[in-house]
Amino acid sequence: MATTDIVIATRHFTRRFGDLVAVNNLTLEVFRGEIFGLLGHNGAGKTTTIRLLNGVLAANSGSARVLGFDPSKDGTALRRRTGVLTENPSLDDRLTARENLLFYADINNVPRGKAPRRIEELLVDFELLERADEQAGGYSKGMKQRLALARALLHEPELLFLDEPTTGLDPVASLYVRQLITHLSKHKGRTVLLCTHNLVEAQRLCDRVAVLEHGQLLAVGTPADLGHRFGKVHKLAVELEHEQVPQALEILKQEQGITVEAEDKVLHIIGAVRERIPALIQLLTNAHIRIYRVTPQEPSLEDVYFALHGEGENSL
Amino acid sequence: MNWRAVGAIIRKDIKVVLRSKAVLLPIILVPLFIQVILPAALGLGVNLIPQSSSEMEDLAQMMSAMPPGLQEQLGSLDEKQLFLTLMLVYVFAPFFLIVPLMVSSVIAADSFAGEKERKTLEALLHSAITNQELLAGKLLAAWLPAIAVSLASFLLYGVIANAVGWPILGQIFFPTTMWFVLVLWVAPAVSGLGLGVTVLISSRVKTFQEAYQLGGIIVVPIVALVIGQAAGVLYLSSGFTFALGLIAWLIDAALLWLGIRTFQRERLLAQL
Repeated sequence: MATTDIVIATRHFTRRFGDLVAVNNLTLEVFRGEIFGLLGHNGAGKTTTIRLLNGVLAANSGSARVLGFDPSKDGTALRRRTGVLTENPSLDDRLTARENLLFYADINNVPRGKAPRRIEELLVDFELLERADEQAGGYSKGMKQRLALARALLHEPELLFLDEPTTGLDPVASLYVRQLITHLSKHKGRTVLLCTHNLVEAQRLCDRVAVLEHGQLLAVGTPADLGHRFGKVHKLAVELEHEQVPQALEILKQEQGITVEAEDKVLHIIGAVRERIPALIQLLTNAHIRIYRVTPQEPSLEDVYFALHGEGENSL
Repeated sequence: MNWRAVGAIIRKDIKVVLRSKAVLLPIILVPLFIQVILPAALGLGVNLIPQSSSEMEDLAQMMSAMPPGLQEQLGSLDEKQLFLTLMLVYVFAPFFLIVPLMVSSVIAADSFAGEKERKTLEALLHSAITNQELLAGKLLAAWLPAIAVSLASFLLYGVIANAVGWPILGQIFFPTTMWFVLVLWVAPAVSGLGLGVTVLISSRVKTFQEAYQLGGIIVVPIVALVIGQAAGVLYLSSGFTFALGLIAWLIDAALLWLGIRTFQRERLLAQL
């Protein structure tokens, strides 16, 4: 990847609040046009990382370049080129949607001649036009989130920081926001740094993810790459002749280190490491069990996440 | 300085204030009571009700405590004329200062503490606006309306005072030079005082109501002025009023310096 394609680069970035180390020695790179996910529990340091990268907070040590700027020195210049969706929509409830956007058009210096048309476009794109002149206080959570996202995009920023963009949204609104984020990255070339603890969302949206715990970077890579590296739980789906399922169950129950569950004519074998798959299948074929399909299931980001945090799903 | 951004903050904050009854009501009702209802009631009372001898004794006692210059100036007036002039020109003058003080405090409380309470500040801190622009916008958003309301209530007060005074004094007696000093020099400084104190209080509280109520402490010097005049300890001559304004401006400067030092993104974020 060329240096010019690096939008965010941090080296040993650290921020403390008294005794608490909110971001600890963070070193990572984010490339132009990618959707990069920051994963972690509440308090993992995701929001602080956004604040540091956008020059709102200063780091105690380490360095960072964001869009070529040092956030601690050139915060104002940097923020002209970034857009932020904060965890709370942070909208003025006493202003209408149009007034909220007009206010931020002035704050972000969107050319006066261009601002009304840009606002109209965003209101249409985010399906807010019909209620654009109603006070935002009367909006649903989903509408507020869409309006906050429109505000973040108003000045056409190159880099977007999205902090928990779908928290509290219903499934339809969440899907809409996810589609929008993908569109912004893939069709408009925007770089997106997304904070979330929604692992399914991260897996669907992100090109790469970083897992944080207590401000420390545990791992970084594509979801698939992390799955191979850290996924502890290996799953295998085996489709059989329906009447042979009890016999297959009996055979596999003799095997150590795996759990087998039957679902109609499919056996789910959990805990089978890649190297063991041929031997397990051979056991079944030796017993003349007819196998129609064997599907290894890649470890999900969720598996990786819990593996990295040293927790099981059940501990939730 | 990006004046477009500063202007946007001013317009937005004023618009938001105008849409909140909790903020708007005191801005309307307090000047209405102090500058319209109270002087009108007093004037009508003087016109309609004959003064009792005990009140006249009180008046004579108050007059004897006034500086010789003022006694000479008002010496030619009869009892009713003297009472009305003393009340509407001198005793009401400190009350007038409550208007700029209250308006700037209530708007500042909504603008600073209220914005924290409504959780609308974080997006603003993530924008390209500088700390200085944000502070300038918020200060002006409270200060300019305070000046406007003060001027409007002064004009109204002038009309009411002359209307109720005309049957007794037979002339336009208001405003005096001291009142011009009060309105044009002291009132802007006093609104700055209310603003500065409320900004400092707002940085330590979480809600509009807390900031507004604690900000009420700033009215104490004005109460002292009222008591001082009634007791004959001081009276608002033009010179004294000018000096009062000068002190207020100096305190404003100190509060502004403190405000600039404390109004930092990091501190504001820490309070969210």
